[in-house]
Amino acid sequence: MSTSMKIGYYPGCSAKGSSLDYELSSSEVCRILGIVSSEIDEWNCCGSTPAHAVSTELSAALCTRNLVQATKQGADIVMTPCPSCLSNLRHARERMQNPEFKKRVDELLDEPAPEVLPEATSVMQMIGKLCSAEDIKSHVRQSLAGIRIAPYYGCLMSRPAELMNFGDPENPTLMEELLAACGADSVLDFPLKTECCGASAGIPHRPLTSVNSGRILDVAVKMEADCICVCCPLCQMNLDLRQKQAERQVNAKFGIPVLYYTQLMGLAFGCDPKTLGLNKLIVSADRIVDRIRALNTARKEAQGGNAA
Amino acid sequence: MQDTPLNIVQGRDLSFIREVEAESGQKVSNCYQCGNCSAGCPAAFTYDLQTNQIMRAVQLGLKDKVLNSKSIWMCLSCSTCSLRCPNNIDVANVMETLRHMARRENRVNVPVMNKFWLSFLNTVRAFGRSFEIGTMVLYMLRSLRLTTDVDLAPGALSKGKLGFKPHVVPDGGAKAVARIFRRYEERARREGVRP
Ligand code: SF4
Ligand code: SF4
Repeated sequence: MSTSMKIGYYPGCSAKGSSLDYELSSSEVCRILGIVSSEIDEWNCCGSTPAHAVSTELSAALCTRNLVQATKQGADIVMTPCPSCLSNLRHARERMQNPEFKKRVDELLDEPAPEVLPEATSVMQMIGKLCSAEDIKSHVRQSLAGIRIAPYYGCLMSRPAELMNFGDPENPTLMEELLAACGADSVLDFPLKTECCGASAGIPHRPLTSVNSGRILDVAVKMEADCICVCCPLCQMNLDLRQKQAERQVNAKFGIPVLYYTQLMGLAFGCDPKTLGLNKLIVSADRIVDRIRALNTARKEAQGGNAA
Repeated sequence: MQDTPLNIVQGRDLSFIREVEAESGQKVSNCYQCGNCSAGCPAAFTYDLQTNQIMRAVQLGLKDKVLNSKSIWMCLSCSTCSLRCPNNIDVANVMETLRHMARRENRVNVPVMNKFWLSFLNTVRAFGRSFEIGTMVLYMLRSLRLTTDVDLAPGALSKGKLGFKPHVVPDGGAKAVARIFRRYEERARREGVRP
């Protein structure tokens, strides 16, 4: 594992509120895997969808300030758990290479930004880059074998393809690879894995959100998934906290737990569910935790039986 | 009696396509109306003009029709259209550019969307970071939709997912963010557009 690279950590606002559990579980998983980063001093909101919906320049100014803060503390690269933050940070960095655009954004900042800004990447890609499947396997205490997982990336992680650099934009596989390294052998070929869940309209236009998230939940349930595995705080909140709204919209009952991939990895690493924030989920994941335990105990007993 | 020729020029602004292409950096004129963008759009069921129709209307210079449409406000910026366009047009970027143009001209045809974005940005301006409950309260006041998502509150509060205290960027960071907003608004005013 390369240790020379200094990683600036950008949590994003939801990490301090609605996705506290993502923050807890990703820092736990990174700690176990030995990925060291330091939080960017005085980081600010990237502006999320509202800023770029209103003005590209405003969005870029908010993001650039974060990239500059990271540079000031010597970071070579910025890492964030949130695909929405990541998309904004990467868009800003790319657009700032256009001198005319940069001039307009510099006017909004306290001082002009440096010519070169650090790259941004996701926690997921950083794990994929720094840790081999063998590295991950060496930390597994409880295999995820037998758990039927619907992998769901949402729309932001892999799009636009050239900018996000996340493999096939309609069929990314990194999450599946990480889960497989944790022993998962029943990860579903989930056809809606990069469809948009509509989260950004959750407050102002509920049907736009409920129809789209309802379809995702419905297909996962029909495929008999035990849980949906996500990497985006907006998707998680939308599919979990708003699951009841989606149920009403499409007139169905789902009751399916929606976990972050870092929570599933943490469970495989044998972490206490509480340190992974599992108690924060609205649809309880207790039955997933119990099932992982039961399947592992059964496998151990079977092996022990053979040995005796 | 004099024949009245069919007036296809009426309502057309032929500089419009040039402006849209310049601001978005996308060749809208390359669109050949295959409909892929509309077929995969998760927001299509809320649109008054489908994405491909927007593209055609831009080509024809139907500025009012496009900038007064609801679709440009309902777009979720998911980029599915851009990914699937056979002519490599970043359609999501065109949609966003159109929304920016409409906003600047003070044509806001789906006010709830705009109100939500402004409520969110107000909390960022005040604290440097977004603040979920603050956004909700401001939005309810602005839109007079006082029951927005109240059904979610018990669950979210009991799980500690929504805090009543905003997270303020420490050490003057919040002020630095407020300065970005102030400069942005001052410039918009100078340029005579809606911020
Ligand atoms: S970016 Fe907008 S127009 Fe394109 S598919 Fe998504 S919601 Fe539809
Ligand atoms: S996908 Fe591209 S070419 Fe096809 S209608 Fe949409 S913009 Fe035009």
